Amino acid sequence: MHDGSPDAKGLARAAAFARLAAMARYLALRFLSLALSLAVASVVIFAVIQGVPGDPAAFMLGLNAAPDTVAALRSELGLEGGLAQRYIAWVGGMATGDFGISYTYRVPVADLVADRLAVSLPLAAYALLLSTALALPAGMLAAARRGGPVDWGIIAATQLGIAVPNFWFAMLLVVLFAITWPVFSAGGFPGWEAGLFAGLKALTLPAVALALPQAAILARVMRSALIETLHADYIRTARAKGLSEAAAIRRHAFRNALIPVLTILGLQFSFLLAGAIIIENVFFLPGLGRLIFQGITARDLIVVQSVTMLLVFAVILVTFLVDLAYAAVDPRLRKRG
Amino acid sequence: MISVEGLSVEIGAQPILRDVSFALERGRVLGLVGESGSGKSMTALSIMRLLPRGAHLSGRVALEGRALGALTERQMCDVRGREVAMIFQEPMTALNPVQTIGDQVAETLLVHGVAGRAEALARAKDRLARVGLAPDRFPLSRYPFELSGGQRQRVCIALAVALRPKLLIADEPTTALDVTTQARILSLVTELVAEEGMACLFITHDLGVVAEMADEIAVMQAGRIVERTAPAALPGGLRHPYARSLFAAASHVPARRAATPGAPLLEVKDAVRDYLLPRRRIFGPAPRFRAVDGVSLTVHAGECVALVGESGSGKSTLARAILGLDALQGGAIRLGSAAVSPAMTPALRQRMQVVFQDPYGSFNPRHRVGRLVAEPFHLGGKPADAEARVAEVLEDVGLSASDAHRYPHEFSGGQRQRIAIARALVTRPDLIVLDEAVSALDVSVRARILDLLADLQARHGLAYLFITHDLTVVRAIADRVLVMKGGRIVEEGPTARVFDAPAHAYTRELLDAAPLLPAA
Repeated sequence: MHDGSPDAKGLARAAAFARLAAMARYLALRFLSLALSLAVASVVIFAVIQGVPGDPAAFMLGLNAAPDTVAALRSELGLEGGLAQRYIAWVGGMATGDFGISYTYRVPVADLVADRLAVSLPLAAYALLLSTALALPAGMLAAARRGGPVDWGIIAATQLGIAVPNFWFAMLLVVLFAITWPVFSAGGFPGWEAGLFAGLKALTLPAVALALPQAAILARVMRSALIETLHADYIRTARAKGLSEAAAIRRHAFRNALIPVLTILGLQFSFLLAGAIIIENVFFLPGLGRLIFQGITARDLIVVQSVTMLLVFAVILVTFLVDLAYAAVDPRLRKRG
Repeated sequence: MISVEGLSVEIGAQPILRDVSFALERGRVLGLVGESGSGKSMTALSIMRLLPRGAHLSGRVALEGRALGALTERQMCDVRGREVAMIFQEPMTALNPVQTIGDQVAETLLVHGVAGRAEALARAKDRLARVGLAPDRFPLSRYPFELSGGQRQRVCIALAVALRPKLLIADEPTTALDVTTQARILSLVTELVAEEGMACLFITHDLGVVAEMADEIAVMQAGRIVERTAPAALPGGLRHPYARSLFAAASHVPARRAATPGAPLLEVKDAVRDYLLPRRRIFGPAPRFRAVDGVSLTVHAGECVALVGESGSGKSTLARAILGLDALQGGAIRLGSAAVSPAMTPALRQRMQVVFQDPYGSFNPRHRVGRLVAEPFHLGGKPADAEARVAEVLEDVGLSASDAHRYPHEFSGGQRQRIAIARALVTRPDLIVLDEAVSALDVSVRARILDLLADLQARHGLAYLFITHDLTVVRAIADRVLVMKGGRIVEEGPTARVFDAPAHAYTRELLDAAPLLPAA
């Protein structure tokens, strides 16, 4: 046995360096794939909205527009010039924060989006927080008591949560907590100027309505992932060491079950950011989902194009973060890169 | 020190253990042997009180006079790991993949509250060093996936003995390991038992292993201990007929005449097989790993040749190349006069079939046996008498023609291996590659399958290439032995000569490491 010889220290240092290098490689590869996805997405969005046959300006103004109005709009939209040139101008503008001017609102799209994000982002985060706080303990409890009445109860509740549409939950919440017991207001958003508490209060019912179905899905994923890991040999090893079943779940099963849970969490956050449109309508919230919906009905292609790109960016960013979370949870991924 | 009296377990109405009793003193090893399903592991889990849900336990287990059955679950958690510890069969999966080995060993100390985190880690380092994982090469920050199977089993042992338990239960701890690794783990366990004065309940299906390391042997059959004896009394001292048949089966040699070597059938010349490893740099060349390095061998018609080696020696890679599944990077393989390659004709493939270790994995569970056995016909087109041929091979392997209408899950492990052999026979091949084909079978089943293989060889003039790590099997059935290590064949010769007078140091090491039963 050789202990602590200089040679051994050198070996340990080399191993630590190799570890860091592998981690850096993993990050670099993920980052490269993020940049590539963004580039591809921007081309696709641009091609679908601007490259398709037909004149966007004529489309925006409708069938009965006068030719000179169309021409004016064309120059305003920057539609003169080749496709490649326009694409570069669009991407270059976005990189400097210039998303163009909304045709219907007559304000910079960047300002519009910033206003709406101030509602949508906190709402999505709030809903995700609620759903995680609800789902993970419920899933763990169901897995620990699998086959028992508690498990059956949780399964039934999640079944209901998945089956019932979230806008119905929303209306139920309004009836209960805004009309029967008027604790919350039935809709609207006072703006963050009214204070943090007032803002959060206005977002509470929509966040709950959004969170419930998501929590139901997440709890089921947590439960089945945990039950699968509970059959693993290392859980038996942990029990033989003297851990109680609850401690074995907490210390060993939970982290191993996290990978599928993280995948679902990532998908849910992206959905919550853009897919809250129905809930935003029920509660009259000025969110991103409503902005894109209004953009489409008003044929405001500039808004649609920019907001779509922004949402794609958000989805890709979340995927990137989920990839990082995988590596944090599972050392094997860090090594392989 | 530990006494077990009248232990019985039922799951539903099914009796699993019936009236199991034994006692064990400090520093002694009790070897518990038996075939799969005999109740060995259930005995261990009953002592630990870690039985599956729905199991009903009766009888008395006492550790130094203290009845474990009377303890609450919380008190039992206190006993597990501190007074009674256990190691398991599968070192590859027995450790948490996302936790460092240091944390996992230290956890034993932390759970029982005997040390703070810093001290627990220091003692973990100490215990890991004791089991042969020196801290400079295996720092506490290693993860299990960075270790080999034998090294992982050492970690499991370190975490089991971290608190110097009174009883160590080892459930098939070396079954998944190579013979040389097995020998090292066995001597480590023996040393620790003596050093710490532990009692050890050693569970295995390998009679050679218990004969070597146990002070006393208990033979289990269908949930009962049917015989207890000292290893010195083996094999003549056995009284119970089942125990006698078990030991006879373990050293069973099928009756067969040594083959008169026919014409060369399979010829491998200077075969080289490389694997591409993951690239180290994104645009650099991918490094190569040479799994098979210039191997030459010949199998004659009607001959049984054994290819022996440990995991990673390249024997399975070589087998894939011989079957024409992978292309060689150098050298050539010929079957008769035709070249073997992934592009070879189906007619050539028909002449060479394979049987694997786990036939169930290679059966589509939704197909009936008749369809499974007829599968190789797709190579040369279905003959008009396909059904008659299937019935014929099923009877050849000791099943009945009517079994063609049943599903694979209706058969036992040994019968499934017979189905796999029938499937290999149906195209009337010249050569069958048997890749660990009897390794997963219980000894009595293995003995019958070896008889069947010898019989089929005599009747059909088959040649076998028998790939295995089990030297007992090699001695029983092979005409010639090839010993493979690091992608090369290091020794080759007639079976008796290689076993009696091994020429290469590695062959000697393998033979020394292999636990062999005392001859009858």
